[in-house]
Amino acid sequence: MTTMKTITNTLTFSAVDPDAGLKKALTKSRADVIAEMNASGLKGRGGAGFPTSVKWNLAAAAKSDKKVVVCNADEGEPGTFKDRVILADFPDLVLEGMTIAGYAIGAKTGIIYLRGEYSYLRQPLEAAIEKRRAANLLGNDIAGKSGFSFDIVIRMGAGAYVCGEETALIESLEGHRGESRNRPPFPVDTGFMGNPTIVNNVETLAWAACILAKGGDWFNSMGTEQSAGRKLFSVSGDCARPGVYEFPLGVTIQEVLDDVGADDAKAVQVGGASGHCVPAGDFQRTLAFEDMPTGGSMIVFGQDRDMLEVAINFLDFFLEESCGQCTPCREGNEKLLEGALLLQEGRCSMGYLKNLCALGETMQLASKCGLGQSSPNAFLSIVDHFKDEVLGRTAMAPIEG
Amino acid sequence: MLVPVQERLRQDIEGWIKSNGGDRSSLLPVLQEVQKKYSRISDYAMQVIADLLDIHPVEVHGVVSFYSFLKEAHKGRFEIRLCRTISCDMAGRDRVARQLENELGITFGETTPDGRFSLEWANCVGMCDQGPALLVNEQVFTCVTPEKVHDILAHFKKMMDINVFQQAEEH
Ligand SMILES: Cc1cc2nc3c(=O)[nH]c(=O)nc-3n(C[C@H](O)[C@H](O)[C@H](O)COP(=O)(O)O)c2cc1C
Ligand code: SF4
Ligand code: FES
Repeated sequence: MTTMKTITNTLTFSAVDPDAGLKKALTKSRADVIAEMNASGLKGRGGAGFPTSVKWNLAAAAKSDKKVVVCNADEGEPGTFKDRVILADFPDLVLEGMTIAGYAIGAKTGIIYLRGEYSYLRQPLEAAIEKRRAANLLGNDIAGKSGFSFDIVIRMGAGAYVCGEETALIESLEGHRGESRNRPPFPVDTGFMGNPTIVNNVETLAWAACILAKGGDWFNSMGTEQSAGRKLFSVSGDCARPGVYEFPLGVTIQEVLDDVGADDAKAVQVGGASGHCVPAGDFQRTLAFEDMPTGGSMIVFGQDRDMLEVAINFLDFFLEESCGQCTPCREGNEKLLEGALLLQEGRCSMGYLKNLCALGETMQLASKCGLGQSSPNAFLSIVDHFKDEVLGRTAMAPIEG
Repeated sequence: MLVPVQERLRQDIEGWIKSNGGDRSSLLPVLQEVQKKYSRISDYAMQVIADLLDIHPVEVHGVVSFYSFLKEAHKGRFEIRLCRTISCDMAGRDRVARQLENELGITFGETTPDGRFSLEWANCVGMCDQGPALLVNEQVFTCVTPEKVHDILAHFKKMMDINVFQQAEEH
C-alpha cells in the first residue's frame, strides 16, 4: 500500500474486547438486545441520524424468514473516510455488529456493500469473514447458540455516490441502476428482493458491538440528551493534523479545530458536499443532531480559500452524481452551477442570485431523494455567509456587448 | 483444443451467474467479473448476460452506462483516476493533473495509443486526509506530487514490460 496511516486520536474501538458484545447478545433474548440498543440512544452514524433500535425493532417485527442486514460501506460523501479506517483497523467489530443485528432482527444474511474505490479492502475483509467462519462466529449455530445462523457476503459498488442512499443501494444490489425509490415503503418492510432489510452505516454497526459489550447506559452517559454517545469525525483541508477523530457528540466545531491544529480557519464545511458551510463566527456551534447533524465529514478552509470555488467544486460533484431521475435535482444542479460560474465572472445580478437561492430551496423540497434535497446546501450557505466574497467580483472573462 | 474467446466468455459468464446466486441480483458482480478479465463489457457480453438472465439487453446496457466504473469502450490496461473533489483540490490536484497529462501525452478522458494507460477524474476516493489522491486500477496512491507522478507511471510501465500483468483478452 502506498499510503500513510491515517492519524487518529484514541478510539474507543481499540479498547473493546473482541466478541464480548456478541457473546453477551447471545445470552439475551432478541427483544432484550433491542432494548439494550434502545437504552443506548444510538442514532445512525451515516448522516440521517435515525434511531438504530427503532429501525431494528421494525425489522424484527416483520414476518419473514429472509431478512437481510446490509452494512453500508459506500462512504462516498466528500471529506468522509472514517469508515475506511474502521473497515481497515476494526473489521471484526463491524462483522460482529452485523451478526448482533442479524440476531436481533432474525436475519440469516448479511451483505457488505463496499464502494468500488475501496476494492483494496475486499481481501482483508474476506479474510476476516473466513476467520470468523472457522471460529464459528459466522455460519450455523453461531458460538454454540443453536438455531442462530448468519453469514456475510461482500458486494462491490461501481462508482456511484447515490448508491450510498439506502434505497438506491438496494436497487444496485438487485442488479439495477442505482436510482432511489419512493419511500414508503421503507426497506424494513420491502428491502432487498422484497424482504425486510436494515441498512446501517459501518460506524453504527461497530458501535452496536461496543454497546452490547459495555451496556446501553455506558453509551448513553456520553454525548448530549438528544445525541447520545461518541462519534468519529473525518477532518481534512487546511489543518496541521487531518485525520479521524473521536469525540462525544455535542463537541463544538472550535474544539475539533483546536485538536486538529486549524488556527487559521475562516470556515468549515460540516457534513461534506451535502452539508453546510459554517463561518468562523459560528464555530461555537455543536456537532449534534439537535444543532449541526453530520455523517462526520469536516473540511477546513483557511483564510485564503475562495469560497465560491468551493461551491463550484461541490456543484460539479452533484451534477456528475445525480441519478437524473427527477427534474429538480437533474436540472436544478445544472442551473446552480451555471449561476455560480456567472458569479465567478462577476456577471450575476442580485435579482438573479435571489432566483438561484429560491431554486435551491425548491430543490430541497421537491427532489426525490436526499441527494437532490441536500445538494443546494453548500451553495446556499456559502452565498449566505460570504456575500461580500461572492458578489461583484472582478470579471475574469471579458464582458461582451 | 483451442476454445474461441467468445465461447470462453460465455462459459465464464455462466459460471459467474451461478456463483452469484443465479438471478438478476447477480448482474453487477457478473459485469464486474467480465470487465476484470476481459477489460471491457462488449455488446456481445451484454447480449449473453441478457439471454442467461432472461432480461432485455437494453436493461443490461442501462446498468453498464449508469456506473462510472463499468465501461463498454476500450480503456487502458491501467486506469488512472485522480480525485478532483475539494480536499484533494486544495492539496494541489491541478498540478498533479497537468503532470499526468504531460507524462502520458493525453488529456483526461483519453487512453494512450499503446493502450497502457487511461486518464480519468474520480470523485472523492476517501483519502481526503492525504490528498492529492489517485487510484491506479484498485491501488491507491496518496500525497501525490508532480514529481511522484513520474515514479508511479514508471512503476506500472515496468510491470507491463516484464509482463507481470497479463494482457486482457479481446472479444
Ligand atoms: C445521496 C446519499 C448518499 C448516502 N451515502 C451514504 C454512505 O455512503 N454511507 C452511509 O452509511 N449512509 C449514506 N447515506 C445515508 C443512507 O441513506 C442511510 O440513511 C444510512 O445508511 C442508514 O444507516 P445509519 O442509520 O446506520 O446511519 C446516504 C444518503 C444519501 C441521500
Ligand atoms: S434527487 Fe437526484 S439523485 Fe435523488 S432521485 Fe432525484 S435525480 Fe436522482
Ligand atoms: S477529496 Fe480527494 S479523496 Fe476525498
